[in-house]
Amino acid sequence: MSDTPAIEAEGLVKHYGKTRALNGLDLRVEQGTVYGLLGPNGAGKTTAVRVLATLLRADDGQARVLGQDVASQAAGVRRLIGLTGQYAALDEYLTGRSNLIMIGQLSRLTGKAARRRADELLEQFDLTEAGSRAVKTYSGGMRRRLDLAASLIGHPAVLFLDEPTTGLDPSARALMWDIVRQLVADGTTLLLTTQYLDEADQLADRIAVIDGGKVIAEGTPGELKASLGGQRLLITLAEESDASAAAAALRPFTTHPVSQNGGGQILDLPVTAADGLATEVVRALDAAGVKVTDIAVRGASLDDVFLTLTSEVAVG
Amino acid sequence: MTTTTLATTARATRPLTAADLTAHRGAFTQFLGDVWVLTRRSIARIRREPETLSDVTIQPVMFVLMFAYVFGGAIGVPGGGSYHSYLIGGMLGMSLAQTAPGTAVAVVSDMETGLIDRFRSLPMSRAAVLTARTIADLLTQVIGAIAVALVGLAIGWRITGGVGHAAEAFALALLFGYAFTWAGVCLGMVLRSAEVAQQAGFIIFLPLTFISSAFVPTQGMPGWLQPVAEWNPMSSLATACRQLFGNPNPANAVRAWPEQHPELAVICWAAAMLVIFAPLAVHLYRTKAR
Repeated sequence: MSDTPAIEAEGLVKHYGKTRALNGLDLRVEQGTVYGLLGPNGAGKTTAVRVLATLLRADDGQARVLGQDVASQAAGVRRLIGLTGQYAALDEYLTGRSNLIMIGQLSRLTGKAARRRADELLEQFDLTEAGSRAVKTYSGGMRRRLDLAASLIGHPAVLFLDEPTTGLDPSARALMWDIVRQLVADGTTLLLTTQYLDEADQLADRIAVIDGGKVIAEGTPGELKASLGGQRLLITLAEESDASAAAAALRPFTTHPVSQNGGGQILDLPVTAADGLATEVVRALDAAGVKVTDIAVRGASLDDVFLTLTSEVAVG
Repeated sequence: MTTTTLATTARATRPLTAADLTAHRGAFTQFLGDVWVLTRRSIARIRREPETLSDVTIQPVMFVLMFAYVFGGAIGVPGGGSYHSYLIGGMLGMSLAQTAPGTAVAVVSDMETGLIDRFRSLPMSRAAVLTARTIADLLTQVIGAIAVALVGLAIGWRITGGVGHAAEAFALALLFGYAFTWAGVCLGMVLRSAEVAQQAGFIIFLPLTFISSAFVPTQGMPGWLQPVAEWNPMSSLATACRQLFGNPNPANAVRAWPEQHPELAVICWAAAMLVIFAPLAVHLYRTKAR
């Protein structure tokens, strides 16, 4: 049982008319881990979650949640999962507590157990006071918390969180992150979609970067950063220096494209850290007749990974 | 501050045991349980916002008063009898059928908020969500029927055909209204926004109620329109109610089959709508991708 992956997807394809929302998506998520699906809007993240949560049938490929097929054993899958979508899926006119009790009873809890779980979750998510008010009086952050609480009421083994913090202010976001960490500590497997790199970096054990409906890179946040050389070199050129000559001189130092920012005067490239690298770079630029104002080495962020990967796909 | 609250209380949860779950119950018991939970949800909404009932209370009362006192004097009832007594049979059908756009709007907004997606991801009965919706709307139709009857009594409408027949009339009207509710559910499942649902409801239900004998006898309509009105289910219901209530019924003189056998016609229309729209609604619910 514990060897069974929490989520497995092989070659998922989903068309919407001529658009391929999923174009051969493969995933493997181990139990008890947090898996981040990272990608821009329209990359296919939500479609993937909807297929895995049995809301949508894939046109091709197959997927299993804890060994149960999402298409042929959908009822079994629904007993294992919780889903929190992009919009708080709640009844605006009911109180927070009534919403939780309703979802609890529909999740196959007895009335008594649903009431007990509702009170536990309201307390856990700091909503006890708000619990007796109608949801339409809630702030965005409170709705998201209640929505998450609702998907946890039946103690799901696998939880899907579709962009859990989109549109939240920083403090509400930090609170959601704390809640997510707490869930992981309790052993829930979590599949999280996000377009925020820092969110994936903060929360996920492994990340799949998806674009155009398929995975274009996969690994731990550290591996993904390391795959780009792990370091980046930022070079600020003196005014009137020839940026294209500089870029040409820098090409031997990287396997990736050199990007130009700050009106072309700041060059940015992923590099593999090595002793004496900065010295060699300055020598090479000097030989090319380029004057340098500043040179800096910094660790690659997931933003770099993301931008590099998605821009390569866009060009290729 | 909130962060500490989370950290300290998270461990207070107790794991669920078999006694907390209803998994041992049979499928039909589960279905009934789910319908009950969701019907209560709709009733709770009405209790919190009773003004949502204005569609079936204030609106029909206004219609009755306007038709009775504005148009009533100008509309002659062939074969004699008071227009006030004639009106109520038609008004009953209209006030129940016109809850269908409201049903559509409620379904659309549950789709829009993602609540239906959530329900579809739960291990609950597939048919329960829509069945509960229609039952809650049937309850509002009961309130609507009472409102129409009360205002009818106030303007001089009387039941002269006996209590049993009157009960039969109300039962037919509610069966008819219930069938329309499933049409409303289908409408809600295929439309994209509450505004569109409202519009579509208006476009469908306005001709349906007016090109019928609900408010005026069909005899006064142009010849080409008469068959449309005579075969309109709304006419069948109005005629059936007039007969059963013992009210003036000029459709007696109309030879079209539905006007001669109005009760059977209402039952056929309602059965046909239920057979078409209920399975269609459940099919849409299962497969609809948004």
